[in-house]
Amino acid sequence: MQIKINGKAHDVTVEPDMPLLWFLRDELGMTGPKFGCGIAMCGACTVLIDGQPMRSCSLPVSAVRGAVTTIEGLGTPDAMHAVQQAWVEHQVAQCGYCQSGQIMSAAALIERTADPTDADIDRAMAGNLCRCGTYPRIRAAIKTAAARLREA
Amino acid sequence: MGRAATITRRTLLIGSVAVAGGVAIGYWRYRTPYPNPLADNLPDGATALTPYVRIDQAGITIIAPRAEMGQGVHTTLAALVAEELDVALDDVSVEHGPASKAYFNAAMFEEGIPRPSTDEGWLARNMRAFSRVPAKFLGMQITGGSSSTPDGFIKMRKAGAAARQMLLAAAAARLDVEVSRLRTDSGAVVAPDETRIPYTDLAAAAADFNPPRDPELKPRSRWRLLGKSLPRVDAVAKSTGTAEYAIDVRLPGMRYAAARMNPKLGGALKSFDASTAEAMPGVERIVPLEGGVAVVATNTWYAVKAADAIRFDWGDAPYPKSTDEMLANIEASFNEEHRDSRFRNDGDIDTALIEADVVEAEYRVPFLAHATMEPMNATALLENGRLDVWVGTQGPTLVQDAAVRITGLEPENVHVHTPFMGGGFGRRAETDIAEQAIEIARAMAGTPVKLTWTREEDMTHDVYRPAAIARFRGAIADGLPSAFDLELATLSVFESQMGRIGMSMPGPDVSIVQAAWDQPYAIPNYRVTGYRTPVMLPVGSWRSVGASQNGFFHECIMDELALAAGVDPIEMRLRLIEHGPSRKVVEAVAEMSDWGAELPAGHGRGIAFVLSFGVPVAEVIEVAATANGLRLVNAWAAVDVGTALDPGIIESQVQSGINFGLAAAIMGEIEVRDGQVQQDNFHAYDAIRINQAPPISVRILENGARIRGIGEPGLPPAAPALGNAIYAATGRRIRELPFAKHVRFT
Repeated sequence: MQIKINGKAHDVTVEPDMPLLWFLRDELGMTGPKFGCGIAMCGACTVLIDGQPMRSCSLPVSAVRGAVTTIEGLGTPDAMHAVQQAWVEHQVAQCGYCQSGQIMSAAALIERTADPTDADIDRAMAGNLCRCGTYPRIRAAIKTAAARLREA
Repeated sequence: MGRAATITRRTLLIGSVAVAGGVAIGYWRYRTPYPNPLADNLPDGATALTPYVRIDQAGITIIAPRAEMGQGVHTTLAALVAEELDVALDDVSVEHGPASKAYFNAAMFEEGIPRPSTDEGWLARNMRAFSRVPAKFLGMQITGGSSSTPDGFIKMRKAGAAARQMLLAAAAARLDVEVSRLRTDSGAVVAPDETRIPYTDLAAAAADFNPPRDPELKPRSRWRLLGKSLPRVDAVAKSTGTAEYAIDVRLPGMRYAAARMNPKLGGALKSFDASTAEAMPGVERIVPLEGGVAVVATNTWYAVKAADAIRFDWGDAPYPKSTDEMLANIEASFNEEHRDSRFRNDGDIDTALIEADVVEAEYRVPFLAHATMEPMNATALLENGRLDVWVGTQGPTLVQDAAVRITGLEPENVHVHTPFMGGGFGRRAETDIAEQAIEIARAMAGTPVKLTWTREEDMTHDVYRPAAIARFRGAIADGLPSAFDLELATLSVFESQMGRIGMSMPGPDVSIVQAAWDQPYAIPNYRVTGYRTPVMLPVGSWRSVGASQNGFFHECIMDELALAAGVDPIEMRLRLIEHGPSRKVVEAVAEMSDWGAELPAGHGRGIAFVLSFGVPVAEVIEVAATANGLRLVNAWAAVDVGTALDPGIIESQVQSGINFGLAAAIMGEIEVRDGQVQQDNFHAYDAIRINQAPPISVRILENGARIRGIGEPGLPPAAPALGNAIYAATGRRIRELPFAKHVRFT
């Protein structure tokens, strides 16, 4: 089988129950998605599958249906996505370890909700844990990114 | 001039010239700097003018030799060097650099002296100066105690200034003009005719000049970088998934390992059967470790699955089987036999409590895990007599020492690489994960192996914040506390830590009474006694250490006293505090929160003030009682760091400390049953989420006498401010954490 990741098809030759996260990290060397808990409780491993945020640590490769986007596919240091730009502008990251997952959840949120309320942000982001407590700046950055996309 | 000669000159380290004080014996050796660690392994064409500045044709690199675990220290330390070197932060690379005693932390032990941080008298200043002597001799490169900024404030600016003067001297020699006719501007020396000579062109020649021993520093009025909110040097990498943590290390031919250790911490591995595991997909090797095994495979997932398939016969834990038994041991420690310290004993407490209306209370807090977002992991490669270790560590020289002990290699053949850390909070001051990776590397010589703990291994093999119990008796006279007798019993963090590196701890453990004995309240009869419970579960430094529990105890008790005295808790504090910077943070938080304003029905506010790591912090938290439980409505904090180098980073650290403190206060609890830690992942040991976290306003003051670090001091007031707010909103005084055991939260 093959999985399409960031626009490119990859052959899957690993055991079918291997979670997508470990295929991305250890087989493909894509280390943007992070390992945090392995039970879909912290969101550090969040990727988009056909635009939907999914916890790659708990999704077997054999169950992947649709195109996968990782943080590497969202934007790059030279061409950042609006959410990433807002993250830099608001200086959100502290240790930064959860931020790949936070950014993927935020990108999915503003893709479907152009002007998210605080309650929308709470619902979309509550699955992403941040032990540094960057939440005030995450909230501000999401609003900035959404506003910029609305103007675009 | 040959390289050997220049290296000799480079070894004149700038880092220690600013150290004040000293001792008569060994003073010369104390003043003798460590060699410049950058001089080893310097690439061709590169020059290391000081241990903090490396220049080659490609550009300038600043070494920020402290753990970047979120607190922004790489940005602030680099800014200290860049300010004096006269370069833009955008134009330099920032690296952690190698493990080296040259990067010892002189400020780390200052808070361990038995004098309060508000004491600027002769004795206290000398004790702090003396604490730098063992710091130097131990040569411990360590990040902790909110000490990176005070440690680096002078020495890293001196390193930048010294390098700049050497570059100026090189330019003067090249142009045959007086140094006084030259100036610098953004990474270049500017000649009298305005010709710019980039530092990169001058570095090799600059290395032939002696660094000045005591270069002059710019006055604050001329700072360009310091004092401003700078863009963090790691912001783009951390927003694009390109920041490299130890868990992201990729090496040719690398294998992946999982470990499974005795869930009864410190218990033996009696036997195991790995016959099923050995035959599983991807598995290459089973490596026995002390108290467990590692499975080495072609993918972390295969290693974890195979580890699940191993059958183990574990030995018993060397401590009581349950948290209840451990708490009973703590309860049994309030006696002379276990007395550890009584640093505060003002007035005559026993007399003051006779015939008074005594206020009594007992408070307690549970064990806590660190739960860094990045689980413990390390990669090691042993090949041709050289060991490389990649590990997120707060103590690179501790890892180096451990590696030498395990492998028998000379320290110069052990190379510790310190990438970004996905949280530290004290957990990464331990060397356990690095030691396991090194053991695996020995068994797999020539093959790099990355060991990653599952969250379950991580959470159940932590070094925990100790459970603690406080007993209080006090009295009120004329509307103010007249007697305050606080007894604190807990396990000694330092005894546990020293035991793990094979050392014993002389004298009392200040952390047992930290942020309780040294608070700036003028209460006439004021006694704080620490009792040390023998170490049971391994315990460690947990963000703000003893202040994390003692702030809660002390400040909820102050609230109870204010209530008993019938006085507003802010007014009471202002009447008791003489220390100017401390008064000002209390006044500031009252103003910020509009303290005393009428609140909506069901809302309540609490105030707490804690002075820890030399930083006075006052916080107000507002909660609302709703049909679904308590909701955190708002938080305000005022802090005094003496000199604020980067207000944006300071604000984020205070917000971080508050959220970390609130998470523990509301829901943090580690329990032991049958010798095993029960909470093994975030479903059972969660932390505050965005939907629960309040808005947090922060005001930064600069009235303190000395510059301070802010990674920890925001945390201790959060729990008591919340506890006092819960009382104000509901009338319930909760004296045991976590609060969620007693009251519901939304």
